[in-house]
Amino acid sequence: MLGYTITQWLFGILSFLAIMFALMVVFSRNPVNSVLYLVMTFFCIAGHYLLMNAQFLAIVHIVVYAGAIMVLFLFVIMLMDLNQDSEPQKSAWIKIVAGIAGGLLLFVLVGTLKGTEQMNLTSYGSSQIGTVKNLGKVLFSEFLFPFEIASVLLLAAMVGAIMIGKKEIK
Amino acid sequence: MISFVIYKFVVCVIVFGLSLAVAAYSTWWERKLSALLQDRIGPNRAGPFGLLQPLADGGKMFFKEEIIPNVSNKFLFILGPSLFMLTALMTGSVIPWGKSFTTEAGNTYSFQITDISIGVLYLFGVVSIGVYGIMIGGWASNNKFALLGAIRASSQMISYEIAMGISVIALIVTSGGTLSLSEIVEQQDAGFANIVWQPLGFLIFFICALAETNRAPFDLPECESELVGGYHTEYSSMKLGLFLFAEYINMFISSAIMAAFYFGGYNFPWAHELYQTLGLHDGSVWISIIGFGAFFTKICIFISVFMWVRWTLPRFRYDQLMHLGWKILLPLSLLNLAITVVVEYFRGNIHL
Repeated sequence: MLGYTITQWLFGILSFLAIMFALMVVFSRNPVNSVLYLVMTFFCIAGHYLLMNAQFLAIVHIVVYAGAIMVLFLFVIMLMDLNQDSEPQKSAWIKIVAGIAGGLLLFVLVGTLKGTEQMNLTSYGSSQIGTVKNLGKVLFSEFLFPFEIASVLLLAAMVGAIMIGKKEIK
Repeated sequence: MISFVIYKFVVCVIVFGLSLAVAAYSTWWERKLSALLQDRIGPNRAGPFGLLQPLADGGKMFFKEEIIPNVSNKFLFILGPSLFMLTALMTGSVIPWGKSFTTEAGNTYSFQITDISIGVLYLFGVVSIGVYGIMIGGWASNNKFALLGAIRASSQMISYEIAMGISVIALIVTSGGTLSLSEIVEQQDAGFANIVWQPLGFLIFFICALAETNRAPFDLPECESELVGGYHTEYSSMKLGLFLFAEYINMFISSAIMAAFYFGGYNFPWAHELYQTLGLHDGSVWISIIGFGAFFTKICIFISVFMWVRWTLPRFRYDQLMHLGWKILLPLSLLNLAITVVVEYFRGNIHL
């Protein structure tokens, strides 16, 4: 088909959808719709992971981000009852400042991407690295220390959240 | 290639039809069983033993007046029940319904829509997406009872997913580290069913399955005395039907998962002796069909247990529900995992 393989077609379609949904997150007026578009973006990114043969990452991405974190986002937004009428409108110069700041960020990102052309990327391991078995083996042998450190970090975040959530500290 | 595609298409249609048929007749059996437990007769007007009752109910659902609240977000209001139904039906695709069989031409066909190597993870992915149907539906109703019901439902489902996941990790350790459902079932053919090694894990899984399907005693999201109808308060006609129907499909699928994970799926005791007596050789289609019969019997027993629990136990209070989920089931499932790993190490299934 037009000289592209199926993988390339899938990549193109998924990328288009991911960018489209990401833009919808920003442009949609209703915050609940924004969250739902963000969930769709996560699905597209999970599809990209699948294309790269990283099944574990794809499913964990859906379970953790779409299935847990975004549900909590949705909770908060639904309970806050935000809508266009009650939202305070920002003044014009704040919009201009935000536009300039966003533009600078885009500038930095484009600059970084331009540098990647000269970089020599060496692929780590085989193309099967993303399967559950290989990923587990690598995580628990070569990258054991960073992996365990990350778990301590998560634990600290959890303890912090519980401390903030407590009404009174005995 | 073409015959393979046609075969897979047929399997998809059969699994789809089976899910709907079992869900429909679960409603009939639920009424009959509750009548039995309460010393009543139950539905007996439509057809013999009231067997046509599900058709009558379905017809009623379709022809009732459909009301969409004026102020709600119409698209999300329709999306809610559709999404809930979609995720309920999606889970059936990785369940191995029977042994694979070989035709005389040498082609092997499996009684499963797809055997992906991360089947267990796929199940969890789909289950975690199922929350969205309820949340979107509850919010789009623009009704405070619906919103409260949706929030109860989703926080309950998220909480119990954790204990469920950890109990399944213990099961995977017992099954030799495979995430494919067909391999989990197949390795129970040689030895005992997993329930022998995972009694506590099964108990945790069963309780979590009750909570995940929003069945009594965990049916707080739709508890009438507090929330009118919970997240489907504003729904009418077939949209309400989809919500109720998807609950029965979820029940069917979780029964199937329990039967496959812990009770050997399509395997049953002395199966090989039976096949030998009948003169069936490996790969015969009859072995697949008998295995499917055994699997289906187990599923029906589990569905009945779900209903038995519903008509026996009173509803939990919400803080009791959260207490049970986080402070009892989660530590128990972690303990179960630790014990499993030690036991499997001494059985020689884990190599360090």
